[in-house]
Amino acid sequence: MVIVGGGPAGMAAALSAAEAGGKSILLLERAPFLGGILNQCIHTGFGLEYFGKVLTGPEYAQFFIDRIGVNRQIEVSCRSFVVDLTSNKELTYLKPNGVETVRAKALIMATGCREKTREMIPISGTRPAGIFPAGLAQQLINMEGMMPGKEVVIIGSGDIGLIMARRFTLEGARVKAVIEIESTTKGLTRNVVQCLHDFDIPLYFNHKVKKIFGKDRVEKVRVMRVNADFSELPESAFDIECDTVLISVGLIPENELIEMAGVKIDRKTNTPVSSELNLTSIPGLFVCGNSYKVYDLVDKVTQDSEKAGQMAAEYLLKNK
Amino acid sequence: MICIECPKGCQLTVSSNEKGEISVQGNECKKGARYGIEEATHPVRILTSTIRTSGLSVAMLPVRTDKAIPKSRLFEGMEEIRLIQVNKPVQAGEILKPNFLGIEGVNLIATRSIE
Repeated sequence: MVIVGGGPAGMAAALSAAEAGGKSILLLERAPFLGGILNQCIHTGFGLEYFGKVLTGPEYAQFFIDRIGVNRQIEVSCRSFVVDLTSNKELTYLKPNGVETVRAKALIMATGCREKTREMIPISGTRPAGIFPAGLAQQLINMEGMMPGKEVVIIGSGDIGLIMARRFTLEGARVKAVIEIESTTKGLTRNVVQCLHDFDIPLYFNHKVKKIFGKDRVEKVRVMRVNADFSELPESAFDIECDTVLISVGLIPENELIEMAGVKIDRKTNTPVSSELNLTSIPGLFVCGNSYKVYDLVDKVTQDSEKAGQMAAEYLLKNK
Repeated sequence: MICIECPKGCQLTVSSNEKGEISVQGNECKKGARYGIEEATHPVRILTSTIRTSGLSVAMLPVRTDKAIPKSRLFEGMEEIRLIQVNKPVQAGEILKPNFLGIEGVNLIATRSIE
């Protein structure tokens, strides 16, 4: 059995598959370590359902990392990047010392999501440095120890944007505004309180960033009010000076590999067309976690990915 | 106010009578009742951040206060964290600074195991 992705979904699937009798499980992860996105989610809010505790992302991940470390049925291969997948479940992956191939009898894809970028939402203006998807800014601060900027405007009130509003502020930056095009927040209300209200960061509903200005570096953004149908009200335009713009407008499940293999994909969501949780149009090929559908809570990812692990183990038994 | 103990975000109404006794309405659980009183009298938050490591396999170590600290001291906490050195392997849960900010019973702990 091969599992692609060593984040919360892949790790839960691996442990559950091992428990269900999966004898030889290969867990592939592109980073030098397991944990996936949880490694950069240093804030609390994880594990309330699954553990009954208030945990940070890394603490939640560590529980699974430790158990995988002592499980003889699971072989972990880090720095392993899958570049090809066939309809016969043959994978090709890159490792620092070369290229490997493996034929999976059962395959679980747990490849998570990538972020929407500035180019995917219509914002006119120049293309200066200083524009980051919010998750990339999170990675730069929390994993690399870099400060992406000092005066920030955040586009989108999803959780990642809210969390980064707090993170930037605590690290000494000034977050001038969060701009949300709809009339309500996409993120959890608790994040609006503990990330924005706590620091007096203004949240503008029914507004959009119309244009970004700046030659080499962001200099300011032009913000304007919109109607419920998103039509613009140009008289309402005002400028906010800033050197950094974060984009927090949505995630895209990473399913290019299964698409390569011929799995039926729903074009609108980029997720597999599926009759039942974790199933795809190819027997023995399962998808779990954020690449199956975008989840709000990692606790639910764990629950559903455990089911995927069980299903894959059962498939192996039935198809010796 | 809105409770932040869990994703539900219940709308709380916190009031006090002439005796100064505080009551909370709108909570759906015990944690909300406790949060309402605390937030009205002495608001606290858990602080999370990162520390640059030296000589280890990962560049930044994520850390947290194991219990909530006064909301008014968050930036002071960030300054304290900046002074801590991490130059040997560490286990998740390990205490990096006991009695953080001089607060009894609150420790700054590592949230990830790093070699």
